[in-house]
Amino acid sequence: MSEDLYQEIILDHYKNPRGKSVFMTSLGESHQVNPTCGDEVTVHVGSGPDGTIQVSYECQGCSISQASASVMSELINGKTPEEAAPIQAAFIELMQSKGKLEPDEEVLEDGIAFAGVSKYPARIKCALISWMALADAQIRAQLTPAPNNSGTD
Amino acid sequence: MFDVKKVREDFPILGRSVRGVPLVYLDSGATSQKPFQVLDAERHYYENSNAAVHRGAHALAEEATDAYESARETLANFVGAETSEIVFTKNATEGINLVAYAFSNATDKARHGLEVDPRFVVGPGDSIVVSEMEHHANLIPWQELCAKTGATLRWFGVSDEGRLILEPGVIDSSTKFVSVVHQSNLLGTINPVKEIMDMAHAVGALGMVDVCQSVPHMPVDVRELGADFATWSGHKMLGPTGIGILWGRNDLLNAMPPFLTGGSMIEMVNMDHSTYAPAPQRFEAGVPMVAQAVGLARACDYLTDLGMHNVFEHERELTAYTLAELAKVDGVRVIGPTDNSERGSAVSFVVEGIHPHDVGHMMDAQGVAVRVGHHCCWPTCKRFDVPATTRITTYIYNDKADIDQAIAGIKDAQAFFGTSSKVSA
Repeated sequence: MSEDLYQEIILDHYKNPRGKSVFMTSLGESHQVNPTCGDEVTVHVGSGPDGTIQVSYECQGCSISQASASVMSELINGKTPEEAAPIQAAFIELMQSKGKLEPDEEVLEDGIAFAGVSKYPARIKCALISWMALADAQIRAQLTPAPNNSGTD
Repeated sequence: MFDVKKVREDFPILGRSVRGVPLVYLDSGATSQKPFQVLDAERHYYENSNAAVHRGAHALAEEATDAYESARETLANFVGAETSEIVFTKNATEGINLVAYAFSNATDKARHGLEVDPRFVVGPGDSIVVSEMEHHANLIPWQELCAKTGATLRWFGVSDEGRLILEPGVIDSSTKFVSVVHQSNLLGTINPVKEIMDMAHAVGALGMVDVCQSVPHMPVDVRELGADFATWSGHKMLGPTGIGILWGRNDLLNAMPPFLTGGSMIEMVNMDHSTYAPAPQRFEAGVPMVAQAVGLARACDYLTDLGMHNVFEHERELTAYTLAELAKVDGVRVIGPTDNSERGSAVSFVVEGIHPHDVGHMMDAQGVAVRVGHHCCWPTCKRFDVPATTRITTYIYNDKADIDQAIAGIKDAQAFFGTSSKVSA
């Protein structure tokens, strides 16, 4: 029944969220709302030593959205924007996979537990909302990966 | 009273399974399921009489026009209206927008010195009145009208019990229009709309009632509402999607500027100006939804055969059962009236410690389809300080076993998320 959605890892992050309200100086903030259900998340991004990303969040929503925010903060906190980008891309790709992608645990760690969520169209937004807020907050904080100059110029 | 088992046999979809278990459909407040009689009526129309209505002199065009206009008559009879007062729209949302745009368009025309009925002109100093339990469809069109014209939006508040607080002074001499819901889709409350419409008329304002959740579930006579307009959707009363009804008093409909313009709604057309057909054609531009009208008329006949009093009594009994069973579950709080008087069959609730999305998902795993979210009543949710609710809505094909299954799903969710032990009795 629901085991493919509510993995143990997800329930654990939901009941014991990591990285909520980290003390830091916010450089960029993003507030995202899921208009179909009223869930809300606010993500703050700051800059740690060596230009790494610091993440803090507040989240009001279902178990999936809260657990996803917790996993997101665990995966991204302390990473440089360049290190974070492939993780963010991998999570979004997993959510768009309709359950047909084998997630890479090396990259996504606890995030692999969300593979089953991608089979439930109504819940994908729940899993993605904090990640969308993170990407937006990064832009506001100017903590996105440096542009790749090996291009065509 | 009717036999629910026999009724269920008319609904093919109720025989299917979801997630490997039999479907229990408790989301009729969002949309009802359709009996094969309605599906057959649509199919029969397409197979035998399909043509564009109100044009063409061929036999099919005549038959199609007759089918469409007969459907209008059936709808009128269903709610005690005159046939010419029934406007077919896409849904209730369009019905409300049609009226809001009558105000907006008349106000625009008046600004340009054109002659319009002053009852539809609003501006600074005027007020529009709604309530805190409106569906977004009966809130946002009025917010927009106020933003465009400088009028002020006011509303009646909602008590902790989920009843309207009819404070004096909300409707006053500045009020031009009052629009309120008959039965709340979130709380289930049935409002004293006649009283509210009388208050509107006492100050010279016009009034509308959103009857989306009442017409499918109880006998409604539009004259007894005391309103000037009423609107509802076909798909919540066994009919097809894509069709709704706006009922309006004839003299008003004919005094209103059109909403959507184009073919079929005209009287005479020149290159530089045109005149418009009387209502209801004035508001039905383009080739209308004929098959849907035919299907909806068949839905009316189906409900009439059951008897709308019986429908109401059946749901009343189910609602009493739902409220009683929910009250037995620790940690469940009903949002809306918990007594079964002046209340319909929409029952919203929250489960302590579990987000409605998760409750709904656990119920879905049991085959139980319920609505979760803010139900397009976000301000009402905010009023009760909840981000969302889970909502059970019943109809003619539901029985107590369906409610038992829903309750089992709630208890499953509590067991799964480990909240049942945390909750004190």
